[in-house]
Formats: sequence, C-alpha cells, structure tokens
Amino acid sequence: MPKPSAPPAELPLNPPPGPAQLFAAFAKAGLMGFGGAQVWVRRALVEERRWMTERDYAEVLGLGQVLPGPNVGNAAVMIGRRFAGLAGSFAATGGLYLFPLIVLMSLVLLWQEFADIPAVAAFMHGLACAAAGMVIGNGLRMIGRLRPPPELIAIGILSTVAAAWFRVPLPIIVLVLGPISIAAVVWRARRGGEARA
Amino acid sequence: MTGPVWDLFLFFLKLSLVAVGGANAAVPSMHHEVVELRHWMTDAAFSQGYALASAAPGPNVLFVAVIGWHVAGWQGLAASLVGFLGPTFILAWAVAMLTQRLAGDARMGALRAGLVPVAIGLILATGLVTGAAAARGTETEMAVAVLITLASALFVWRSNLSPIWTLVAGGLLGLVLLGG
Repeated sequence: MPKPSAPPAELPLNPPPGPAQLFAAFAKAGLMGFGGAQVWVRRALVEERRWMTERDYAEVLGLGQVLPGPNVGNAAVMIGRRFAGLAGSFAATGGLYLFPLIVLMSLVLLWQEFADIPAVAAFMHGLACAAAGMVIGNGLRMIGRLRPPPELIAIGILSTVAAAWFRVPLPIIVLVLGPISIAAVVWRARRGGEARA
Repeated sequence: MTGPVWDLFLFFLKLSLVAVGGANAAVPSMHHEVVELRHWMTDAAFSQGYALASAAPGPNVLFVAVIGWHVAGWQGLAASLVGFLGPTFILAWAVAMLTQRLAGDARMGALRAGLVPVAIGLILATGLVTGAAAARGTETEMAVAVLITLASALFVWRSNLSPIWTLVAGGLLGLVLLGG
C-alpha cells in the first residue's frame, strides 16, 4: 500500500536533455559531490530534473557498479549515451570530472598553506561525518521509493554486511550475490505471472 | 616510448579494467605500485593526497590525477586520468549500447533489476565504512561524530531539502565540537 507522503515519483518525466543540459546537470552534481557524487547525480536526474525514474536510475547505477571503474562515472557514460549519444556521454563525463578536478588540484597546490589550521581540520572532520550520513540516507531513500520485495531487501542487507563488516572484495560480492539476486527477480516475476493467470 | 608519463599511463590503463568498485577498491593496488614498487611518492604524500581527494567534492577517482601530478606534473595528470578512465568509458559505452538494443528482452530486464539490491547494499556499505573511519578522536569526539553521521542520514532520508544543508551543518558542528 503506497504511503500518502510518497515523493513525486509518479510525476511525468521531463523531455530528454541534450548535451549542454547533461553537462550542466553533471557539473553541478560533481561540484556539490562531497562524499560521493552519486548522491547528487541521483538527486539532479531523478528528483530535480526528472529525466529518469527512480527504478531506471537504480538499474543504470547497478550496471555501473558491476563494471570496472567508478560507478557514477560509468552511469554518466550510459545516461549520456541514452539521451544524446556519444556527445551526451562526453558531456556528462566532462561535467562530472572537470570542476571537481580544478577544485582538487587547487586544494593540492594550496594545501601546505592551510593544512595546519586546526579550524580547517575540525570543519573537514564534521563534513566527513555528514557526508557519510548523506550516503547512508541516500541509500535508504532509494529503498523507500523502490519498495523492493523482502527477498531483495535481504540480498541488499547481505551485500552491505559482506562489504562493510567482513570486507569481502567487491568482485566476489557481485559474482555471488548478483546471480542470486537476478534469480530472485525471475522467481518473483514468474510467481506474479501465475497469480495473475 | 619510455619515461614516467608513459609508465603512469600504462599502469593506470592496466588497473582500470580490474577496478571493479571504482577507485576506492583499487587504492591498495595503487599504493603497492606507486609507493612500494616504484617509489614515485612517499607514504605520507600518498595518504595526504588520498585524504584531499576524499574530502574534495567530486568522484574519488580523481585521486589518480593527484598521483599523476605528483609523479610527472600536468602531463602525468593527463596520462593517469586518460589511462584510468578511457577503458572504463569504452566498456560502459558498449554495455549501454547492448542494454539499449536488448531493452525489451526479459533476461536483460532481470539482469538490470537484479543488480539493484547489490548496488544499493554497496552504497550503504560505503556510507558505513566512511562513517566508521570518520568516528575518531576522544570518546566525546567519537560520539559527536557518530551523532552527526546519524542525523545527516536521517535528514537526507526523510527530508526533501538539499543535502547541502546537512554538509554545511556537519562542517559547522565539527568546527564547534570537534576542534579539540
């Protein structure tokens, strides 16, 4: 039963963006992206600009996660391609990396100047805590909007525990839990089909 | 071709296609090659660069740019980034083409939907691991750190306001309470 306070997931999507809009959206997400640009890319594409549904985005991110390389970087390539072809992939990727790279290299060049100021270290410490919480809250938000069946929630919890607690290498988690999860999706779809029949 | 710029390019090119889980998962391999094997960077410079890349906005993968810059200046930066991101760009492009071509296929649908719980589970794990790493200092500071993390998670989960507010508030709380 859907909650009455369900976020605007049911609103219609906006028309697909061109390369310039993709660049702007990913540039903002990259620049804001403390503690993980993924949180900001999702917010921009799903909640603010409504170019993709929550499920669509989660599926692209899932693919980006199992491919080598940064998951959000892979998602940028795939999302860019879907909306605007090769130009879209380059625009999204460029937007995602360009400004953070400038900020980071400025920090590297300036770091010796202000690394010793205790206030800077204290601010960054608090920011790191908030960023970690933001990543957790974003994950919970995705679950709340996708409303997965119990077996998929169990697989998600297993992934979290394996990675965070037991530090199982990521390829092993994906290779073991990925097929189980896909099988669970197929099982659920078949069961749903029989129930309808 | 020889020289550090070419070596950087080749090293990150090879690392790129095995870096499932992104740059964070590949950091131990980078440390082994860059610090222990080739002595391109000191241990301290490596850790400091990683801390900066994590604290700065944007994807943590930009740490490879810091390594490249340390080793061979701006050319090294470009070589590292292109080496690390190039192959993954091409692979993601090919996979996107395949998934779009097979969009109506039930097996592709199951594959895409099946990877979602694992992806979200790993996102939560990233938050928990970085949150645990940020819970440091005296006992009071650890408690403050955990409270900031929990409050931030709750805010982003339940509110529709921009997460930037939780980051600003977290930084300011850190300034006041974690100054030691």
